Amino acid sequence: MEILVVGAGCASCDKVYVDTREAVKELGLAAEVRKVEDLVEMVRMGIMSVPALVLDGRTISAGRTISKNQIKALLEQETK
Amino acid sequence: MESLRTIWFFFQDQILGMKWLNALIGRGLEALGLDPDGLWGGILQFFLYDTIKIFVLLSLLIFGISYIQSYFPPERTRKILGRFRGLGANTLAALLGTVTPFCSCSSIPLFMGFTSAGLPVGVTFSFLISSPMVDLGSLVLLMSVFGGRVAVVYVVLGLVIAVVGGTLLDRLGMERYVEDFIRNAPRIETESAALTRHDRVLYARDQLLATIRKVAPYIFLGVGVGAVIHNVIPQTWVETVLGDGNPLAVVLATLVGIPMYADIFGTIPVAESLLFKGAGLGTILSFMMAVTTLSLPSMIMLRKAVKPKLLGAFIAVCTVGIILVGYFFNFFQQFLL
Repeated sequence: MEILVVGAGCASCDKVYVDTREAVKELGLAAEVRKVEDLVEMVRMGIMSVPALVLDGRTISAGRTISKNQIKALLEQETK
Repeated sequence: MESLRTIWFFFQDQILGMKWLNALIGRGLEALGLDPDGLWGGILQFFLYDTIKIFVLLSLLIFGISYIQSYFPPERTRKILGRFRGLGANTLAALLGTVTPFCSCSSIPLFMGFTSAGLPVGVTFSFLISSPMVDLGSLVLLMSVFGGRVAVVYVVLGLVIAVVGGTLLDRLGMERYVEDFIRNAPRIETESAALTRHDRVLYARDQLLATIRKVAPYIFLGVGVGAVIHNVIPQTWVETVLGDGNPLAVVLATLVGIPMYADIFGTIPVAESLLFKGAGLGTILSFMMAVTTLSLPSMIMLRKAVKPKLLGAFIAVCTVGIILVGYFFNFFQQFLL
């Protein structure tokens, strides 16, 4: 499983990245978390609002600074 | 007719303007032995009243507006805009700019998303101009501070700048000054997730908390500066530099405002106290528009997506538009306030 945290240049994007890493660890998921900061890659993915979370190519959250608990809930729901 | 007027003024002054709160704070300060007409009492009264008023209005507003905004994610806006052409598309872009959720760090992905989907660069810019300059929140706050007429004219003129500015950038052939990696990007149609009412309420609540956290420092700073201007700076200074006496006041206010970065909520208290001290209405509205629409951080971001010529044209078009609006308001000030 691959989780991408998309967004660059703002504090909320960094926060979502850190929270996602922790959420994955706490849930014990076998997932690789990667940060996407490259603009070209963002266009290719079709992301228009950041911070965004992309799980295996599917956007599960966009334009929201979600908390760690919300990220955990989302991941649990999506990986069921 | 007369009773309608009374109801409207009650709504404007007491509900939106919370004049009762100001009176209450004044009495409270007097009870504590501070004179509201004195220097420190005056500063304190302005600071308390403005901070409380702005935070209360802001909280109600952000919640309501975010709820509406959850119906217009950028993906949907892009889809709607794709169906229109010409001036209609620019007008719609400017209008949707007022309701699409948008934070400055999303401006580049959004710009790229719009452009790579084939929207004309002018339409995207209409959106980018109106989005920070005119939003529903500013309409209500302006009504609370300057009254309904000023607020409505501000919003209308803001939309006019967005429509005319975007159209002009298109006519100038600015399309070719978009960075190549965006023009060559593949077209991707993305769908935004369907939301339940519960999701929208959660979204609105999150937006409210995030916005308050983000703008709080600007509000305290803005109200603080406003309180000092309101009570310390002599009226004659403000009148000489920003009042009728200086024909270049609007230009000055705009140029000072451009590099600054602040939220519209932080600029309103400064504007309010400058107006009270005799600055021209148009002069301070130009200042507000310049601060919110153009800022150094947003220009640095935008530079990643567009070439210097387009960036320059964008800044020039906005600056000229804002200056014209300033002179318009100064000219018609007596009919509007």
